[in-house]
Amino acid sequence: MSEMIKVGMADLQVCKSPDVLTTLGLGSCVGVALYDPITKVSGLLHLMLPDSTKIRNNENLAKFADTGIQELIRQMLLVGANRSRIVAKIAGGAQMFAMKSTNDLLRVGERNIEAAKENLMKSNIRILSEDTGFNYGRTVELHSENGSFSIKSVGKLLKTI
Amino acid sequence: MGKINLNALDEMQYDVLKEIGNIGAGNATTALSQMLSMKMDMSVPKVALISFNEISKIIGSEEKIVVGILLELEGEINGMMMFFFDIKSAHHLVDVLMQRPIENESIDNESTEFSEIEMSALNEIGNIVAGSYLTAIATLTSMKIISSVPNMTIDMVGALLSVPAIEFGKYGDKLLLIESQFGEMDFVTGYFLLIPDYESYDKILSSLGM
Repeated sequence: MSEMIKVGMADLQVCKSPDVLTTLGLGSCVGVALYDPITKVSGLLHLMLPDSTKIRNNENLAKFADTGIQELIRQMLLVGANRSRIVAKIAGGAQMFAMKSTNDLLRVGERNIEAAKENLMKSNIRILSEDTGFNYGRTVELHSENGSFSIKSVGKLLKTI
Repeated sequence: MGKINLNALDEMQYDVLKEIGNIGAGNATTALSQMLSMKMDMSVPKVALISFNEISKIIGSEEKIVVGILLELEGEINGMMMFFFDIKSAHHLVDVLMQRPIENESIDNESTEFSEIEMSALNEIGNIVAGSYLTAIATLTSMKIISSVPNMTIDMVGALLSVPAIEFGKYGDKLLLIESQFGEMDFVTGYFLLIPDYESYDKILSSLGM
């Protein structure tokens, strides 16, 4: 029996086949799914902010793109993933409210996507596919059995990338 | 850094924040009830410091689909204000506002499709509700609060709440919010969330002599 493991906001989890990792209602946050296709070790990160170095209170590693991705890789290696095989899929980073704001807060989705990509590139992890941006929320599931990443949104068909 | 530590608010400070929620939501509920000529009740407000993991539990599941209206606040209080109605309530409110006959199916209408005029009606409800909520708080604290035009989105509540959560994420791992629920029997359930930024809590509390 596969177990469904929930990843909260500013949280990360690692699992092995056949478990499923899920995070519900991604808005401007970004979900980074990492997967080692041979050992089927999977990891899912729900990051909220792009850069830990810009924030004083940065103890929660899973909150940021830079520290979150590093920590997720570290935990995956601990349970047997091979670093050179890890690939990524990303989703989220929507702009939930269409406001033309003076502060950059409402563009945070966009910045989260950029930061996730940059940090994955720095770690030499290839991004296989993405479903990012636009203006709607997403619920995602990473199936460790085959590495498929499914995305549910309101009023849209289930999408698997 | 403000002088008030949000992780260690005392009883008294909680009570003051609750009272703010009470006055704001009370005014807003009255405005809504007058606009729609229907009777509305509201709950005792809750002031809670919740961690990001539990954020959506205030309104049920993260995946619950709601109509969310967000306004940005500027002036002496910065932050955001949000309301949510569930989908059924939104249909019901629109039907009442547009003086359509209330059929039984409208009460159970779960469709997330709203016509342009219905969207505009919901936005207007948001505008009036927010205006009266904020006016009450501005009067109470003698502070100037400017709000942006309301912006509406229909989506999963978790996704909508990520917007204020990210703002708070810059300061800590918890979100402080003032929540009140309002409703008309079983037909309408909605929530007000007042989400001032960190510094504004200081200002609010000190304006009330705390």
